[in-house]
Amino acid sequence: MSPRAASRLETLGFELVYDYVAGKADWGAAGLPLEGRPGPRAGELARADAPTCLLGERLQAVRARVEASEWDTCLVVDAERVVLGRLGRRALVREDDLTVEAAMTAGPRTFRPDVRLGALVGSMRGRNLTSAVVTTSDGKLVGVVRLDEAEARLAPGSVTFRA
Amino acid sequence: MPTAVDRDEVQRLLDEGAQLVEVLRAEEYSEEHLPGAFNIPLKELDRERVQALDRSRPVIVYCHDYQ
Repeated sequence: MSPRAASRLETLGFELVYDYVAGKADWGAAGLPLEGRPGPRAGELARADAPTCLLGERLQAVRARVEASEWDTCLVVDAERVVLGRLGRRALVREDDLTVEAAMTAGPRTFRPDVRLGALVGSMRGRNLTSAVVTTSDGKLVGVVRLDEAEARLAPGSVTFRA
Repeated sequence: MPTAVDRDEVQRLLDEGAQLVEVLRAEEYSEEHLPGAFNIPLKELDRERVQALDRSRPVIVYCHDYQ
């Protein structure tokens, strides 16, 4: 995003334009100060009611479980709740009754619970994700953040920011 | 062509009077931004919004990371 902004500034007549491509993630990681009003983090909005299934389950059984929920995706976990994969909408509507292992998309992108919600929303928008899987650093499922709920939480007028 | 800079170079430019512009959305800026940074979201970057900037000084733009 910043390379496009830098180029745009040049087209607007600015001659001394620099692009700090590593951005505020790099700044914060170096322990340098940041200003602002600390908002909620991903873990606070991660919903634990997202459906889960195991590798050896049959797709039809999982589909019935997902249809009975308000979700359209199912996370594949092991006995320790480490996230192994994901069954998306396309996999869940397959007619053939495969095992979860055969139908899943392995290794979904995950986020840590301490990620700022604003940064998470930006990342989800950039990747066209409507939901984000939140795990601990050792891969265990914390829950799933829905983009619509995260956006609502960040909307002006929301009174849920922490001091 | 804009020049890509790293953190050390950003700090040196700031010492020399450079301006910082975060181009993320307002809600992300309000959560966290570099000290003293302006906020002009990329989609709002036009002639009117850049009037707040001093054209004689360097401008450093940034977002969250390499996205």
